[in-house]
Amino acid sequence: MDLAPVLDGFAVVLEPTNLLYCLIGVTVGMLVGVLPGLGPAATIAILLPITIGIEPVTAIIMLAGIFYGAQYGGTITSVLLKLPGEASSVVTVFDGHALARQGRAGTALGIAAIGSFVGGTISIVALSFLAPVVASFALDFGPPEYTALALLGILLVSTISSGSRLKALVAAAVGLLLATVGRDAFTGGERFTFGNLNLADGLDFVPIAMGLFGLGEILYNLEERHTAAQAPTKVANVWPSREDLRQSSGAIGRGSVLGFVLGILPGGGATLASLAAYAVEKRRSKTPERFGKGAVEGVAGPETANNAAATSSFIPLLTLGIPANATMAVIFGALLVIGVSPGPQLVTQEPELFWGVINSMYIGNILLLIMSIPLVGVFVKILRVRPAILAPITVLITLIGVYTVNNSVFDIVLGIVFGVLGYLMKKLGFDPGPLLLAFVLGVLLEESLRRSLLIFDGNAAQFFTRPISGTLLVVFLIVALLPLVQGALSRRRPAAERSDTTKELV
Amino acid sequence: MTSAHDGANSPEGPGGSTAAGASRQGDDDVTRSTTAVEPPSSLHDLEEAVHQLEHDAEHRPPPAGRTTNLVVATLVTALGAAALVGSLSLGAGSARTPGSGTWPLVLSLLLIGLGVGLAVTARSTTDAERFSRSSLLVLVGLATMVGFVALIGTIGFEIPAALLAFVWLRFLGGEGWRLSVLISLGLVAAFYLIFVAALSVPIPHLF
Repeated sequence: MDLAPVLDGFAVVLEPTNLLYCLIGVTVGMLVGVLPGLGPAATIAILLPITIGIEPVTAIIMLAGIFYGAQYGGTITSVLLKLPGEASSVVTVFDGHALARQGRAGTALGIAAIGSFVGGTISIVALSFLAPVVASFALDFGPPEYTALALLGILLVSTISSGSRLKALVAAAVGLLLATVGRDAFTGGERFTFGNLNLADGLDFVPIAMGLFGLGEILYNLEERHTAAQAPTKVANVWPSREDLRQSSGAIGRGSVLGFVLGILPGGGATLASLAAYAVEKRRSKTPERFGKGAVEGVAGPETANNAAATSSFIPLLTLGIPANATMAVIFGALLVIGVSPGPQLVTQEPELFWGVINSMYIGNILLLIMSIPLVGVFVKILRVRPAILAPITVLITLIGVYTVNNSVFDIVLGIVFGVLGYLMKKLGFDPGPLLLAFVLGVLLEESLRRSLLIFDGNAAQFFTRPISGTLLVVFLIVALLPLVQGALSRRRPAAERSDTTKELV
Repeated sequence: MTSAHDGANSPEGPGGSTAAGASRQGDDDVTRSTTAVEPPSSLHDLEEAVHQLEHDAEHRPPPAGRTTNLVVATLVTALGAAALVGSLSLGAGSARTPGSGTWPLVLSLLLIGLGVGLAVTARSTTDAERFSRSSLLVLVGLATMVGFVALIGTIGFEIPAALLAFVWLRFLGGEGWRLSVLISLGLVAAFYLIFVAALSVPIPHLF
């Protein structure tokens, strides 16, 4: 491996502007993680307009910082308030909050911060080695491979998303349909524009993302009963003892590997990784009965894994141009907006951006470690800010922000329309993630599909004659059909299974 | 056909949501709190426990009835049908010569199929929330945004923004009068300084 571009990447990161934006990114990420309500995808969506004026590298460094910073912050509320600030920290509640009730909140937070740092760092090192390999491998991909890859990515994200699979697929299909609005790249004819000039160039990514995630989530939260966060217990002794470290070192190691692997898979990502790590730790433990009652490994494993996964989910985005989850879809959109198209050519054509972003994560993780151990008290205080005060601020930032991208009032209207859609989707059990992901991949998917069909002269079976596209499509079929088979099997004994799960839950 | 699988496995399946419904009333939720203390061991059960926890933390309304689910299914099917008509008018093309309408056609057929699937499983769907009184809050919030966008072109962003912030703080957020007025004015001043004075974004402004 040629080390020169890697080192150049460090030079990029160490520029004062980039350091500053990295700091801003991880701080905002921490805040977002601490405050329940807006997730990282929503925050990145809301902050998209900021990225337009600044250098692409700087912008992505900041957005990435928000993403992995949120993984650190989410832990704090899980441990102290039993309120997960972030989906990927939910499982931390079980043992983290139990530890807090025993007066060991500091230990839980300290172990989580150290685990996150180790997991994140191991993942970055692995990313540095693996990403260029994947990218060079993917350079030979043609339209059929991209068709298969995009199809598989969308399907996996829909399968693993929270809630009903059927509804996730509806969301994905709507997203793909929205991507067809505008001028057809092949014929130049207009599609689904209803004569509206604003739609002739297609729907813009920014208003959709800001509406769907930002406004949609704020509207959805309006309906919640606002329970004021109870004044958190004082956090003392954040440095874990040697005994705690010894006990959790295995969990941190396993969590790093598990998180890294699950983060690469489309639809995987931080949430799944934290769940899996918890299950693994509990199964491996000689004393599984301690889990749920304050086992340090139960905090260390998932917290390590979610950070490792957050980092490694950059691999499919930066090397294949295929985002692995909703947050990556927003970052993908951000890259497109600033004029960078992520894909296998990125590492060779824009090494500074590629390595700058990856190496910024080392710095970001160090900053986060500093913020989460000595400064944890500051973030605990932020919990006292009432959501009622934050909501109008976010609404105004979103509405004005969406305008500033194209200086267009139509974009604000579009943002509000998608805000309503986002609210209704969340309300009715549709995960908006697959919609945005499918929208982002829609153009690529349609173009590759049409090119492939032209190459194959209309014979779709030829997809299976090429090794990579064939393999991907076989996996696609397995993922698509497996639940049908399982469904048929479980229908025979649904009653028995259901009473089983309730028994275990109670 | 995925329904049976989803019905049994969906995190907010029947068992979970009734428990959440009960906890909203705030009475006997002993079972609920033990869930969090002793999480089950398998990944799948773990996921259920996690969703339970999220549900409890957020005080969400109870699941919607069958009518809502059927309306949703109908809307999805109707969207598919409309897209189908649209794609046919664009020219369906063929596999050999895919046209403008080919891909939308595939998608609209998929949507129609999924819509029918939703209708079939409407009875066992529990992941939609009931619209309740508090949904009106959302309408109010939406109205302020619509008002904002309607007024921004003619009188600039300052007055609509202040009004929006005030309504959200005082009426949607339940903050006090004095605090609401102060924060709304402060917010507009901050936005003015950032966007107009510092960044000189060409946003319509009054002053």
